[in-house]
Amino acid sequence: MAEPMGFYTDTTVCIGCKACEVACKEWNQLPSRNGGQTTLSGNSYDNTRALDGIHWRHVKFVEQFTDDRKDGRWLLMSDVCKHCVQAACLEVCPTGAIIRTEFDTVVIQSDACNGCRDCISACPFGVIDINPASGTAQKCTLCYDRLQAGMQPACSQACPTESIQFGTIRELKDRAQKRVAQLQQMGEKRAYLYGADEKMLGGLNSFYLLVDRPEVYNLPPDPQMPTRNLKLGSWFSVLGAVLVSLFGVINFRNRGAEERP
Amino acid sequence: MNTPPSSTFFSAPPDWSWLVVLYFFVGGLAGGCYFIAVMIDFLGRPTDRPLARLGYYISFPCIVLSGILLTLDLHRPLRFWHMLIESNTFQPMFKPWSPMSLGSWALTIFGLFSLIAFVSALSEEGRIDSPRARMWRPPAPVGAVISIIGGLLAFFVAGYTGVLLAVTNRPIWSDSPLLGMLFVISAASISASLMLLLAHRSRWTMPGVNALHRLDGWVVLLELIVLIAFLVSLGPVFRALVSAWGVLLLLGVIILGMGIPLALFWRRDLLGEHNVLGIAVLVLIGGFLLRLIIVFSAQGV
Repeated sequence: MAEPMGFYTDTTVCIGCKACEVACKEWNQLPSRNGGQTTLSGNSYDNTRALDGIHWRHVKFVEQFTDDRKDGRWLLMSDVCKHCVQAACLEVCPTGAIIRTEFDTVVIQSDACNGCRDCISACPFGVIDINPASGTAQKCTLCYDRLQAGMQPACSQACPTESIQFGTIRELKDRAQKRVAQLQQMGEKRAYLYGADEKMLGGLNSFYLLVDRPEVYNLPPDPQMPTRNLKLGSWFSVLGAVLVSLFGVINFRNRGAEERP
Repeated sequence: MNTPPSSTFFSAPPDWSWLVVLYFFVGGLAGGCYFIAVMIDFLGRPTDRPLARLGYYISFPCIVLSGILLTLDLHRPLRFWHMLIESNTFQPMFKPWSPMSLGSWALTIFGLFSLIAFVSALSEEGRIDSPRARMWRPPAPVGAVISIIGGLLAFFVAGYTGVLLAVTNRPIWSDSPLLGMLFVISAASISASLMLLLAHRSRWTMPGVNALHRLDGWVVLLELIVLIAFLVSLGPVFRALVSAWGVLLLLGVIILGMGIPLALFWRRDLLGEHNVLGIAVLVLIGGFLLRLIIVFSAQGV
């Protein structure tokens, strides 16, 4: 297996140009919209709205301004599949369509997916959706085809500010930690890394440098594996079955009452 | 920005819709009716055998319908077999930690057991001429073994759907471990109610009908307790149900589908000879609404 590869996204240098979105769509031949007309979301400059089956990159625009707009800041972030080391989607997929590649990335094989959508509800980040053209669940592949050819993903190559950086996870973490230290030295005490720590789903192979709480970027503060409920949920179900059986035995054994209900 | 009460609020809805709601209901009936029929086969009197046959007659069509509903719900229905066979290697596809994978196998195997019981019931009634098929139900030893395995699978089919919802990252579904338990108990209540409804229509008076009636009452009470425990276990996520869905849950499920039937169990003279009919219809409506609200409310968050 090759060394784990991924993205490090430094949100402090993102300028919201959406070159990553365009490059992703061009390389992966994704449509700009699912039929209909182009509409404006009314949410800042964000008309992509969310990651889904045809949007594998999404630049988020967070406006933090005072009411009179005299003071404030923009938070910009190019979001993508996190390629979690412990991937919820891969864990629940009942068809084996979702695989882990030799680059430690997570890929959905479209020819094996049957569109059951279990992975959509399992992903704690809301990354996956059905691509209406294929009828299968789709998301960022971290340009698996390009990686196999020794190239870097289309989005990171297109990024003009190096907000999206591609490389080995080891290298990227090293680079990201230095950048956090630099920012804190410059006075930006809120800078921290989201998902670089192994405590979060074993580590995210696409992690972020943020300067505000995760919720502000629409990221879950504490993403969990869906199977956390499997054992306890199963035991409670067994308890339910035992109780129903017990009531059944009591009522069918105690047939003293011969009258009609 | 308001902080959501749980990290589950950042996931996306899978758009499981009416087909899934119907499946949850019909699949619950398939498992519940089979299990109740097995219980009657083991514990009932010979005069109760028609009631057990009724359970098998409901179970098999329901499990067939379940398979159809689930297949239609797939975005690529012709690939339904990918749930059981790995499409690239043609090896069995089985993930015991994925409730959907486990459920696909359980549905397939339970379908076989349900078919066996269905044929055996037809044979006992003389609708098909196969003396051997009569041995596939208790008290025949082979039938007893088949029924025990089938009964365990029936419980699994009735309850795994709740565990499947809990093993996601959606609000409400995955914020409590009690959904599987609630679905198992609800499957028993709707199944007992449907069997009572049909027995009442046929004017059956065997002792098993009375026992089933009392069982239904206890199970509805248990269901109400577990539903309240489920709502409490949601903690701060409960606020997601402060909506039209919550109102429907209170009026349609708790009051109409559980409270009024419990009152009718307690005061048998309230509706006279229509008492059983009233209870059965209300419990069935409540059971359907419960699944509808659980499925849709979590996806509207």
